Amino acid sequence: MPLLELRGVNTHYGAVHILKDVDLAIYPGELVCLLGGNASGKSTTLKTLLGMVTPTTGDVVLDGESVTHQSTSYRVERGVTMVPENRRLFKRLSVKENLELGAYLRTDREGIANDMERIFELFPRVKERMNQKSGTLSGGEQQMVALGRALMSDPRVLLMDEPSMGLAPALVQANFELIQQIHEEGVAIFMVEQNANMALSIADRGWVLQTGKVVLDDSAEALLANPELRASYLGESGNG
Amino acid sequence: MTATSDNLSMLEAPGINWRRQIRFALVGGLSSVFIALAGMPVGLDGRNIIQPVLSMGYLALLWVPFVFASLAGSVVILEGMSERERDAKDLAAGALVGLGSSAGLIILMVLIQNFNLRDPLVNWSPQLLDLLSFDRSTGLGMLLWLILGTTLGLLGGAMHVVPAKVRSRILAVALAVLAVSVLETFLTDLLEGFGLETLTDFIYYKRGGLEVSGAIVVAALALLIPLLVGSKIEGIKTRVVEMPSEERRRVNLLLLTVGAALMLVLPFFLGKITNELLANVGLFVLLALGLNIVVGLAGILDLGYVAFFAVGGYTTAVLTSPNSPGFSPELPWPVALIIVVVLTGIVGLFIGAPVIRMRGDYLAIVTLGFGEIIRLLFLSDWLSGWFGGAQGITNIPGVDVGIGTVKGTDPRSVFLLVLVFCAIAIYVSWRLEHSRLGRAWMAIREDEDVAEAMGVNTTNTKLMAFVVGAVLASFSGAIFSAKVGSIFPTSFLMLVSIIILVVVIVGGMGNIVGVIAGALVLIGVLGGPKQPGLLQEFSQFKLLIYGALLVWMMLKRPEGLVPNVRRTRELHQEEFLQDAWLKGEIDTDDDEDSQ
Repeated sequence: MPLLELRGVNTHYGAVHILKDVDLAIYPGELVCLLGGNASGKSTTLKTLLGMVTPTTGDVVLDGESVTHQSTSYRVERGVTMVPENRRLFKRLSVKENLELGAYLRTDREGIANDMERIFELFPRVKERMNQKSGTLSGGEQQMVALGRALMSDPRVLLMDEPSMGLAPALVQANFELIQQIHEEGVAIFMVEQNANMALSIADRGWVLQTGKVVLDDSAEALLANPELRASYLGESGNG
Repeated sequence: MTATSDNLSMLEAPGINWRRQIRFALVGGLSSVFIALAGMPVGLDGRNIIQPVLSMGYLALLWVPFVFASLAGSVVILEGMSERERDAKDLAAGALVGLGSSAGLIILMVLIQNFNLRDPLVNWSPQLLDLLSFDRSTGLGMLLWLILGTTLGLLGGAMHVVPAKVRSRILAVALAVLAVSVLETFLTDLLEGFGLETLTDFIYYKRGGLEVSGAIVVAALALLIPLLVGSKIEGIKTRVVEMPSEERRRVNLLLLTVGAALMLVLPFFLGKITNELLANVGLFVLLALGLNIVVGLAGILDLGYVAFFAVGGYTTAVLTSPNSPGFSPELPWPVALIIVVVLTGIVGLFIGAPVIRMRGDYLAIVTLGFGEIIRLLFLSDWLSGWFGGAQGITNIPGVDVGIGTVKGTDPRSVFLLVLVFCAIAIYVSWRLEHSRLGRAWMAIREDEDVAEAMGVNTTNTKLMAFVVGAVLASFSGAIFSAKVGSIFPTSFLMLVSIIILVVVIVGGMGNIVGVIAGALVLIGVLGGPKQPGLLQEFSQFKLLIYGALLVWMMLKRPEGLVPNVRRTRELHQEEFLQDAWLKGEIDTDDDEDSQ
């Protein structure tokens, strides 16, 4: 059974039709990516999955239960978490406070403390900076805190909005390695990316979104080999 | 971070920027002229700082060359940056700025002498000219300003040449003399309470201001006391900091208890005027602490906060006064207070629910509207059967607390009551700030979307901030009602909202100690919307000073009056790095170090 699913979702912003009959399913523990150019509806797909946007028609299904009209906190509580675009840490709060906010909905003190330790093991740098205001960290460190913050909610699926955006080229590779590392711990990852080459190199499957419609839905290898996709995306970002 | 500070360590602070000095000289000149034409020198001349040497009127002009010169010479020194050696050039730069400031006044004197612009500019007067020429001939006056301005500018520049320790001593002495003079009413009152009239008679001139001898004694004390006991205090401080946390908490608790006890005893040594003043300050501390939760913690810019003060005040009046026109249960104050709190909370919910969906500018404008609507409702004929319209509600009884009654004619009792509620508000604010709810508020303040993505129910959380703020304001309203004894819509003008907001911003948003300090300085010294402060002469310039202070704070010290030291450095460092990056001086691509 898929962990998180969109079934025939249509989303409008006012009169503008953004998502058109989008179907996609994320299974437990897999790493999938959604590709698409600007204004193709990638971010709206993410927001719909997390409940920050309610679809006009269609269903969002979590563990087989329709959560279309449930709040964001309802879904976060059940293991869906987002790492926002450009990291967007709470800049004037300390690293520790950022991590604690990631566990906002959790009440199991012991579990929170354990997860905090786990994150420090994963990112020793984060521990060093624990009491520093997160806005003063470097881009790479901020990315670690953003990932850590998301992991603090003990997620089953991590929705990542353009994880490589705004990172120095040298960091992009390191960042994808981190994502893979988290994936290996059993967390399903749904990644929205423009950097198609890099994303497909680590993903199991992928979709291509064009003006709100899913135009391709295939395994990562097949997508990488797809001549159409090569022409429209991989050519541009192949050097990325 | 590390890469940037490495880059910085190679930098030396830049040399004197003469263009900046000239700009400051011009701005200093213009400021002096503006202050003179705003009427401050003449209006404040009646208040002595040091009898017969210095009055507040002259001080209003004399601070300009000194402060501008020292500002012009200041350079932000960042971590890992080495300071430039200061030399005579800095003195010259200071003198230049000072000269510029006084040149403005000299030109103004020439103009006043030869033209009459009194029609648009009411302060373009012979009195101003007399004051500017020190009641002597105009020519001599000009010469004196030239000398004074340049000398003060030179001293301002010298502030950077002398070692930091000397600089802070000099500033401490100047501030001490000024403070003792400004706090005259308070200090005489306090010392009288201890039966030390002889001391105040020695320090103060009969008709206000310090005696020269008194000023010298104060200055000497301000210089000597830190020298004698400063190192001891430092020693105690480091010992406390090094203590294990358990013990340190006990020391803090002890200090807190002693402080609280002192505050409770203080009103009994103060006279009527001072108690009244402090009671007013306390009412604003309550309001500011409430708004601090809304604006400072949750980041909701509420410009109509006075509405909740009004609802608290009017509800108390209706429930307790026998003269309440519509409904008059004449409940005792404590019982009424419970209803007031519940009702204001509900009003907070009702106003908050539609408002909270908006953000930023829109929210500010809508709250501004709601604040006015509430006042106009109390003023309206439609509801005058309940709230008395413009006649308001009179004859509100005091608070019966068993051992006596708290009422306006006994300011001491009011101050004590206010103190109790301030303590409650401080405790509530402090607990909330460190709670899960407080963290959610801060998350919303920082980034509302991301807070939502973390699972924070933003609508409810923001509403909670609104309601908690409203309840704290209603405390203040309830005490205000009982203190004044009558209540009118004119007590709840928009200006009140603005002044509370200024207190919060000047104190430092989200900073409890800062907000209290802000209320003490602004309301206690300058005065509230209607309440006079220690400097009563300032009442006509109050709004001007508030405005100027607000602009300056926003530009130069967004972290507030009592800032968190680390945050200050970060803010300035960020600003500096941006500037440097724009000029291409440093490479801010700080991502490279994180591989």
